[in-house]
Amino acid sequence: MKQTFAIGIGGAAGQGVATPGDIFAKIFSRRGLHLNAYNAYQSIIRGGHTLLTIRTGTEKVTNMGDRLDLLIPLNQDTMDRHLQLLTGGAACIYNADTIKPGPAADGVQLCPLPVSELADITRNKVAQNTLAIGAGLHMMGIGFQALEEVLREQFKKKGEAVVAENVGVARAGYDYAAAHFSGFPNPLPKTENRYAILSGNVAMAMGGAAAGVKFYCAYPMSPSTGVLHWMAAHARKAGIMVRQVEDEIGVINMTIGAAHAGVRAMCATSGGGFALMSEGLGMSAMIETPVVVINCQRAGPSTGVPTKTEQGDLWQMLGAAFGDYPRVIAAPLDIGDCFKLIPEIFNLADRFQCPGLVLCDLLLSEGRLSVHPNDLDFNQNIDRGELITANGNGNGAPSALATNGDYKRYKITDSGISPRAVPGVPGHIHTVATDEHMEDGVLISDEFTNPIKRRAMMEKRMRKVAGIEAAVPPPSLSGPRGADITLIGWGSTKGVIEEACEILNEDGISANRLQIRWLVPLHGEAILEILKDSRHTIIVENNYSGQFARYLRSETSFVPDGHIRKYDGEPFMPHHIVEAVKEQLTGRTKLSVPMHEIMV
Amino acid sequence: MATSVQRASQQLTMADLKGKVDPDWCPGCGDFGVLAAVQKALVELRIPTYNVVTISGIGCSSNFPGYMNTYGMHTLHGRALAVATGLKLANHELTVLVTGGDGDGFGIGGNHFVHSMRRNVDLLYIVMDNQIYGLTTGQTSPTSRVGMKTKSMPFGNIEAPVNPISLALAAGATFVARGFSGEQKHLTELIKQGIEHPGFSFLDVFSPCVTYNHDNTYQWFRPRVKKLEEDSAHDPTNWMAAMEKSLLWGEEIPIGKFFERTDVSTLHAAEPVLNNGPLVHGDLKVPPDVARSFVEELM
Repeated sequence: MKQTFAIGIGGAAGQGVATPGDIFAKIFSRRGLHLNAYNAYQSIIRGGHTLLTIRTGTEKVTNMGDRLDLLIPLNQDTMDRHLQLLTGGAACIYNADTIKPGPAADGVQLCPLPVSELADITRNKVAQNTLAIGAGLHMMGIGFQALEEVLREQFKKKGEAVVAENVGVARAGYDYAAAHFSGFPNPLPKTENRYAILSGNVAMAMGGAAAGVKFYCAYPMSPSTGVLHWMAAHARKAGIMVRQVEDEIGVINMTIGAAHAGVRAMCATSGGGFALMSEGLGMSAMIETPVVVINCQRAGPSTGVPTKTEQGDLWQMLGAAFGDYPRVIAAPLDIGDCFKLIPEIFNLADRFQCPGLVLCDLLLSEGRLSVHPNDLDFNQNIDRGELITANGNGNGAPSALATNGDYKRYKITDSGISPRAVPGVPGHIHTVATDEHMEDGVLISDEFTNPIKRRAMMEKRMRKVAGIEAAVPPPSLSGPRGADITLIGWGSTKGVIEEACEILNEDGISANRLQIRWLVPLHGEAILEILKDSRHTIIVENNYSGQFARYLRSETSFVPDGHIRKYDGEPFMPHHIVEAVKEQLTGRTKLSVPMHEIMV
Repeated sequence: MATSVQRASQQLTMADLKGKVDPDWCPGCGDFGVLAAVQKALVELRIPTYNVVTISGIGCSSNFPGYMNTYGMHTLHGRALAVATGLKLANHELTVLVTGGDGDGFGIGGNHFVHSMRRNVDLLYIVMDNQIYGLTTGQTSPTSRVGMKTKSMPFGNIEAPVNPISLALAAGATFVARGFSGEQKHLTELIKQGIEHPGFSFLDVFSPCVTYNHDNTYQWFRPRVKKLEEDSAHDPTNWMAAMEKSLLWGEEIPIGKFFERTDVSTLHAAEPVLNNGPLVHGDLKVPPDVARSFVEELM
């Protein structure tokens, strides 16, 4: 099993959980270590309980893992919730003045810090946090200089006195640990690599900028708001028009308006906002104006659990807007893929003049991952398809080269794609309509109702589906062929399924995996071809009803041997999947719903 | 609206503005007069037709773009202003006309109506206000008077109507006017002013529905409408006075320009991202040094 080290920092919202998390993350990434961070939090600004898990290692860390090596509880509540989950070899650093430990497992090192002796707590309200960072760092075998550098950056704006104060407090914690606590057996290594640390929301926003998005708008909604925040902060440098809109209905319609004028336009929301956008998506498909819409899923239905993760919107996505229409739906597989997917889906949306939908979730949106800077490449291939603009920018044809005169916006073609002229281009005047229309855009919904023309236009649009299928690669199997177990997942569960497979293989159960990124088109035949050799198939997903299992069955008639589902708001941990597989191999059940042991 | 209204190189004619098909409105519908006035205004302003986008929602009057020879978008019920805002921000050199009815604008689209005005999006919004739902065959609209009997309120409307002029003034529209389909020359003049006004121009037009509204007919309006332009005491820069005038209803109903101010920045002019010209003409790529700085922030 790969060597990783995980820290859990917990406390009430507003107690400063984020800062120590950021400091550790920076120190790890500067040591050339990979990391994965997940914050379990609540919909509350002050109070409640949040637990930030940061897991690091020399190899790629794809999920939060199964164990904590170091727990830093910032209040009694956190101590009470999590100390009992620590196992031998782990340590817990806490403020001995205010927090009492409970019973701990054998081999757990309790590390009480006499905070009021080590720091002036009347001046420094978060002294316990800083002391704990210092102490923890010593126990991990990292030199103090790394921490001093980060603290200097962190407090630079507040002046030298504040820097000195914090460095002093951190040093006191560091030295106290040296004198009183034993270090972890394996000091954290160091490599020459350097990684960027980012959330899925930041990755999708940057992916949008790399794709040439020039218009982004949104209504704030957890867990998608991070996309808006990045876009707003970087809009002027990136030349992107960013607007906050009155509601998600306004958002989708504004996005379509901007896209119709000829720019790449994108928006993001969560399930509730996406529900409001549904009618607009139909318009995008009907007038054949491409947009990209991101849905960062949270636990539903309705307001649901706004700060918790779920893969519960698949059928909403599949059913969004009435009528039949071509579209693309993709679920990013990890935070790096959040970046990569956006330019890809824009190219498809532009080429096929249809909506491109991204089905992300809180786990990726708000989680953080180390990504190699080369994987955040802004030099992306941009394919705008058959676009006619006034000056031929992007790779749309300039109007002079395009057909002139009797321009038909919805010209019937073999591919179903009709050259798209944007307003402002001479010689191509036309009106687009959400009503069914003829090739030239004139409505056939009222006076000119005509079943032959209606059928021809429906078939023209739907012919794009074949082109989309050919443009999107089928999924592929990872791991040994002919394995005992095939785990099937989609989107964000890739990392945890990967690790579960590694553990199963170590435990003597050979396992391979099939992770779905493109939901529409699904490539059902290719999936059947892959699964026909599988000995025992299990679909793993973060929802109650097995939404993907039902979708796969509806498209292919494929029925798996078992299901592992979780719908408690928290993501899978590797052992949840490993134990469920073992349980199902005994034949006791075909449906496992692992219990989330951590109360967050 | 109009920060940079472009002029056609040659004289336009009414025929240049005529769309591919003839209107399918009921004979006598007030919307014919609005269509003619809009076409006349564009001819007189000499705006190149390919640089105009007419955007509507859904309803009888929302068929409008199809009858114009300009770029057009016949969008969703109530959403025309949101679509128009996005389009204008992506290419602010376009002249944007938004057309629709009272149900489309004040009912289902009420939210976008209010927010587009406070944003001062640079466009002209013409509402063909017939105080009834026509395309759905005669139901109460947000501007139907109390007591009006319709298929949806057969015992009479018990809800107070919205006052579009007061609402527009309160929401921060920078040009607020009312026209009457039966007053062509006056209406054309208001449309021209609305197109040339820099910012959100709201024009509520009495456009009688001859089929379903037997209360608010041409005959009902004609003796009542009084042109504000003929009132020498009316000062359209005085917001409070405009608000007072907006409350007049009954024997005397003012039409004309209630209010205009030009000291408020339009939405697109307030956004530095547009300083280098319309987004649609710009480079798609983020400059490499900027892209590098975005990644370095994360390290």
